[in-house]
Amino acid sequence: MENEKIQQFISNWEPEASSALCAQFLEISVPAAKFRNLAEKLRFDEQMLFDYLFNMTCVDWNDHFITVYHLHSTKHNHSLVLKAVIANHDNPEVDTICDIWKTAELLEREVYDLFGVRFNNHPDLRRLLLADDWVGFPLRKDYKDEVNMVIR
Amino acid sequence: MQAELISKDGTQEYFVNMGPQHPSTHGVLRLVLTLDGEIIKRVEPHIGYVHRSIEKMAEFDTYKQIIHLTDRMDYLSAHMNNEAVALLVENALEIEVSDRVKVIRTIMSELTRLASHQLWWGVMGMDMGAITTFLYAFRDREMINDIMEETTGARLTMNYNTPGGVMFDLHPNFQKQVKEFIKIFKTKLPEYDELLSGNIIFTERTKGIGKLSLADAISFGVTGPSGRASGFACDVRKTNPYSAYDRVNFTEILLVEGDAYARYKARIFEMWESISIIDQLIDNIPEGVIMAPMKAIVKLPKGEFYQRVETARGELGVFVVSDGNKTPYRVKFRSPGFSNLSVLDHISRGHKIADLVAIMSTLDLVIPDIDR
Repeated sequence: MENEKIQQFISNWEPEASSALCAQFLEISVPAAKFRNLAEKLRFDEQMLFDYLFNMTCVDWNDHFITVYHLHSTKHNHSLVLKAVIANHDNPEVDTICDIWKTAELLEREVYDLFGVRFNNHPDLRRLLLADDWVGFPLRKDYKDEVNMVIR
Repeated sequence: MQAELISKDGTQEYFVNMGPQHPSTHGVLRLVLTLDGEIIKRVEPHIGYVHRSIEKMAEFDTYKQIIHLTDRMDYLSAHMNNEAVALLVENALEIEVSDRVKVIRTIMSELTRLASHQLWWGVMGMDMGAITTFLYAFRDREMINDIMEETTGARLTMNYNTPGGVMFDLHPNFQKQVKEFIKIFKTKLPEYDELLSGNIIFTERTKGIGKLSLADAISFGVTGPSGRASGFACDVRKTNPYSAYDRVNFTEILLVEGDAYARYKARIFEMWESISIIDQLIDNIPEGVIMAPMKAIVKLPKGEFYQRVETARGELGVFVVSDGNKTPYRVKFRSPGFSNLSVLDHISRGHKIADLVAIMSTLDLVIPDIDR
């Protein structure tokens, strides 16, 4: 499906979603509270069928977080970037999608580990790469570690 | 808690740590197995033993410096990892590299893929108890390492790519050496196939083991030969051609069985395709510059960029958020090993511990690629 049509569908489903046609992908931003609902629609709607989550990550913008999901449909061969905007920087939370795309279970654990974003209803939200007793979330922009980090 | 684990017939589930130093994990990966006798109930991977925080380091490095971090991720696909960052910068700045560079990169990628698959074949045989494969594979792999060393100066972590081209021109011996290697390896590859494919011990241990359906392969994001063995058409060289892949003829290997044997077969077939790609290109390396004109300090425009390449393990994605400075604001490496590991629990449930070794070696995990 063309990007414009996808945009149309999404604005009908979720009026609060804002979309932008960037050079590479169509980018959809949605508040964290509305995110899960839209993700489900994108996965299961017959005309969307975004079944392949090929990348998922998070970006710290100092006053808010954005979790980024790269989606592709193997049936319709279209892609988009879905972003959940988490306005609360002190206590970031967003709903899990690991029951929709199974690969997200480990990816969400990684984001929780490195950014401290909590995924609601995640079955096993623990640290993944770092030790269980690690203090802080290293990929946050305000993370400080005077022993292990050299800032040039 | 303890009482719940004891079932009606009085048996009890128990936990076994496999790794972090287990030989079949090929690195430092720890698996906590929940077992009922010899049957696996659950596999819980514990990763991070070689986590170097490459993504955080990359936030303080220039784009040219990041390339040198990437070949420490999947060290067996070092060239492709370098290429991913180089391509990302070139595409973001809309720099067109010369045909010569494109062809050199493609040949080098395929040589790296062959070397990686050779090593995989060797250690997989050893995991199954066959020492011969290990010796054969390392003997033949040496030739590729020598070719790499002659041109790039390094055998494993080449750092040959740079934004805009490659570091040095090809060594005068390059074409001759590659042709000689291909000629010899064409006689060795049927030997590889013969040694394991018809071996009753090997087939018994892999056929029907670790079956992965197409829907699950997509949902878990299993790419590379492991995904294609389940019929997932995920070859980036076909779906999003880069470098010179749009001008060579090769087949995307798609199998349907999705078991460990299919994943083994997919890689053997893929080696033939890599040979064919090199065959098509080696006599037609165009003349040209090896470096497009670049500014000394590379700054990407503001925005988000995603670049994917096909490494020996699957789709490597580099996601860069740039704020216009000489260092990226955020870098994320979508490493193929990470997604391939996430499926391990799903496909090994119900099998025996010995089958887990077969499943792991056919998924072809490289631990530094997972941990980053």
